[in-house]
Amino acid sequence: MMNWKRKDLLGLKDLSAEEIKLILDTAVPMKEILGRRIKKVPTLRGRTVVTLFYEPSTRTRTSFELAAKYLSADSVNISTSASSVVKGESLKDTARTLAAMGADVVILRHPMAGAPVLLARTIRAAVINAGDGTHEHPTQALLDMFTVREKKGELAGLTVAIIGDILHSRVARSNIWGFTKMGARVRVCGPATMMPPEIEVTGAQVCLSIEEALTGADVVMMLRIQLERQQQGLFPSIREYARLFGLNRERLSLARPDALVMHPGPMNRGVEISPEVADGVNSVINEQVTNGVAVRMALLYLLSGGGMPDA
Amino acid sequence: MRHKAQILDKEGIRRALTRIAHEIIERNKGTDGLALIGIRRRGVPLAERLAAKIREIEGSTVPVGTLDITLYRDDLTTLAQQPLVHRTEVPFAVSDKKIVLVDDVIYTGRTIRAALDAIMDLGRPRVIQLAVLVDRGHRELPIRADYVGKNVPTSRREVVAVRLQETDGEERVLILEND
Repeated sequence: MMNWKRKDLLGLKDLSAEEIKLILDTAVPMKEILGRRIKKVPTLRGRTVVTLFYEPSTRTRTSFELAAKYLSADSVNISTSASSVVKGESLKDTARTLAAMGADVVILRHPMAGAPVLLARTIRAAVINAGDGTHEHPTQALLDMFTVREKKGELAGLTVAIIGDILHSRVARSNIWGFTKMGARVRVCGPATMMPPEIEVTGAQVCLSIEEALTGADVVMMLRIQLERQQQGLFPSIREYARLFGLNRERLSLARPDALVMHPGPMNRGVEISPEVADGVNSVINEQVTNGVAVRMALLYLLSGGGMPDA
Repeated sequence: MRHKAQILDKEGIRRALTRIAHEIIERNKGTDGLALIGIRRRGVPLAERLAAKIREIEGSTVPVGTLDITLYRDDLTTLAQQPLVHRTEVPFAVSDKKIVLVDDVIYTGRTIRAALDAIMDLGRPRVIQLAVLVDRGHRELPIRADYVGKNVPTSRREVVAVRLQETDGEERVLILEND
């Protein structure tokens, strides 16, 4: 078994399959803690975890905060409105302040791709990317892989269909890197205006219709359609999007009978996913949320290694 | 690392565990409410063997759990890399049980301190007792074992290596010394 050696978690593109496996393996005992009546272990006592969010988020931020609390770390939240600070210089200044306050782990969400790299270079604290622009959202992909591995036993050999706005989706990008590294086949499908050029270089296979993408799939991952994209002219109407790319019961029957239906949330019910599918027997959407806490506990644990900064 | 002495062979380990099994039954007046919890790694096969012996002697089955104490260690902030975390599997409620904690060697007592905290987080046992195959002395905390296979005076430079069939493919206890 290998040990964790990185200071930060910036994306899945640079991780090896062994590193991903170590994170997923560490999340298994963490999940056991979540099933206890007293969800608390003393592991990170005295450590400070800061969530620094330059974009609105409830789910991801709460998940990180719970993960930190269950491991007995102190957590502090700093939310900045998206409009006020977007320049690299300000981020650096904020980072230095956090370092001076003694943060051990900084969790960053930022509208600009690459912001976590800049932060990681600036401070000694560990940095976790909680979503940067349209680049990566590694912890979401890790919790998706954990959920699939728990249900299917293994990731290698599975067929994963990711459907929706691939162009603007950091969740899709991280999942393509992650699942491909673990030996799964990834299909992507969405409106042509929302398909990044040369997406094939990531190893994903582009499907022109949702039917083609779903046929024989083991995992169906629906992406949230951002309704404001309609104003940019990327799709004509919500109704048409739902008709062409929405997942309903009839379409799901093309996938394997035991296929898992996933969604990173928050869902637009009746648009990208019908309520009967979102709440159906194949759906693991609620388990994704629970597993998110376990995976983030594993990351906080692994990234807190190497002793105290001043020890 | 130099091989210095063998302190228990296969038969020695078997006899020590048989005696401990009898002592556990005697001290607890049977197996009512009794449960064993082995500390990873080598406490786990020892706990299973004790449970099997108790079954032979009393004809009753006592539940066995597995404890990983990694998240409760007191030296995490001083280690260069985070040790691997394994699963804790205690498939029974510990509250109001008589828990016998099982490990291969007791040395500083820090592992047992961590294990006690870990068990307390799972519930409130009526009593916790400790069984070890070897007590090698040098305690750093006020902790003692209730059942001991063999007391072995050692120096701090020495290492007590318990080798079990299940984890190491052989059956003996050695004293090794750093060169």
